[in-house]
Amino acid sequence: MSFGENEALRGVDLHLAAGEWLGLIGPNGAGKSTLLRAIAGLVAHEGTVSLAGGERPGGTDVALVPQIPILPEGMSVAEYVMLGRSPHLGWLATESRRDRSIVASVLERLELARFADRPVRQLSGGETQRVVLARALAQQAPVLLLDEPTSALDLGHRDAVLELIDKLRHDDGISVIAAMHDLGTAARFADRLALIDRGRIVADGPPRSVLAAGRLSDVYATPLSVHTVEGEIVVLPAPRSRQERRT
Amino acid sequence: MATLSAAGETHSATQRAFRLPPLAAAGTLVALAAVALLSATTGAAGLAFGDVLAALVDRLPLVDVDSSLSARQEGILFQIRLPRLVLGMFVGGSLALAGAAYQGVFRNPLADPYLLGVSAGAGFGAVLALGFGLDVGWGPFDALPAAAFLGALVAVTASAAIARGAWQSPATLLLGGIAMAAFFSAAQTYAIGQLSETRTREVLSWLFGQLSTSGWRQVLILGPYVGICGTILVLHRRHLDVLRVGDDEARSLGLNPGRSRLVVIASASLLTAAAVSVSGLIAFVGLVVPHIVRLLVSHSYRVIVPLSALGGAAFLALVDTGARTLTAPAELPVGVITAFVGAPFFALVLWRNARKVTA
Repeated sequence: MSFGENEALRGVDLHLAAGEWLGLIGPNGAGKSTLLRAIAGLVAHEGTVSLAGGERPGGTDVALVPQIPILPEGMSVAEYVMLGRSPHLGWLATESRRDRSIVASVLERLELARFADRPVRQLSGGETQRVVLARALAQQAPVLLLDEPTSALDLGHRDAVLELIDKLRHDDGISVIAAMHDLGTAARFADRLALIDRGRIVADGPPRSVLAAGRLSDVYATPLSVHTVEGEIVVLPAPRSRQERRT
Repeated sequence: MATLSAAGETHSATQRAFRLPPLAAAGTLVALAAVALLSATTGAAGLAFGDVLAALVDRLPLVDVDSSLSARQEGILFQIRLPRLVLGMFVGGSLALAGAAYQGVFRNPLADPYLLGVSAGAGFGAVLALGFGLDVGWGPFDALPAAAFLGALVAVTASAAIARGAWQSPATLLLGGIAMAAFFSAAQTYAIGQLSETRTREVLSWLFGQLSTSGWRQVLILGPYVGICGTILVLHRRHLDVLRVGDDEARSLGLNPGRSRLVVIASASLLTAAAVSVSGLIAFVGLVVPHIVRLLVSHSYRVIVPLSALGGAAFLALVDTGARTLTAPAELPVGVITAFVGAPFFALVLWRNARKVTA
């Protein structure tokens, strides 16, 4: 896959199994978001993104949760989540009773019922993230694309949202591709990690094999060390003397 | 129990989502009907309310009511007042509808139907036709509306051509519109400067906007545009709501933003050009009516689009009733009164909602 003159990604070859959580990791600007946008069909690219049947994915196949969603002024939570039904509607069609009941059930599942009439601009960070997730779920797509879904959330809310996504994935059998910033969190939630560096995939596999200290130090251009604390992987800056830090 | 009531709330909220609020819709329709009756019964000929109503009902098929209007009075009602009333409703509805559509596709609350140079192009065409006796009329079309219509279409097409049909980037299109508006305004100003004084006055009175009719002709010219373009715009109202989350997210929601924008802008521009060609430049309606609906009723274009059309129709019909009666037998330019009446009302609504208006 490549992108003309300003190539952001090259030679990306990834396969996603049904029901799998694939974590995309890598430094800022490595191409994680670009890859997600290419899968969603939002950026021009060479090469193909195809489903098991070989067809190109559309809005009913992949649902994108953007990093910074645009929340329209005066739009209610119910209206916002209803937008997720858009890919299922024809050119001039409007939502049917069935679309409305799907939206109502998504809102209840994500415990957003109380907020249904609330304007989307008046929600807290955690609530907003759940609402955007609700819109993606209303798309009923088998693949969920998350672009750093928790970057604006504190630790507690971050884990709550990710656990929710994990539960939904198991309940509905959907696959997740998520660009993630925090390596430890990525290791905890993803079945598989793909490490992207300057537009190339440099490692792809189970978290424990991808998160090797030497490789991460190279990619992130800073010495890192990988530890296991109570069974979970933790990535920390490698200890350096003050002398080394100055040079 | 708590979960039960929450379920009920969700259900009713999803039922309400994007639906036309019945109270507001009914209110707008009642206002439109009231304005129509007021307009039909107000004027120099002093037709009585009951007689007008009877004469109207009498025209319905299979109904025979005796109205005490004389033949001359019936002529006034059916050949002078009603055509003008219907034309006012068509023009007001068209401008407000086009304004709502432009605000939606450009995601810009300052957008009005004249954004892409329709007004300047139409004005230039009108000046050429009026001032230089350019006879481009054909069939039932007079030279002036035909020239204004052509001028408007040339300006909009040029705006889109400058932006190389950048339907994916509304900002470029908007700047193209500004360039064309400036160009045609300059051309129009230069042309007016070349005219004699009487001609100039004629041109200016057209530029201020006027709803003078000769029978049903103007209504018949505008009618097909209102029917076809209006239907297309109303059918695309869901697209405008999806576009509110930005082109990228709209695309991920299965919409083709460029294609939707092309269809909506083409219909709205055609509708505006047709309205301007029979009425001149009536300011304010297209910008303000959609905002009033937005502030009073809903931010959803599924509500704004139809209610703006009805509200714009009622607003312009009401203002025109004032325009032709306030200083009778002289007539005020309707475009001046739209701003005179509309601006304070809009200011009041804005002031009361100032905290809510942030984007």
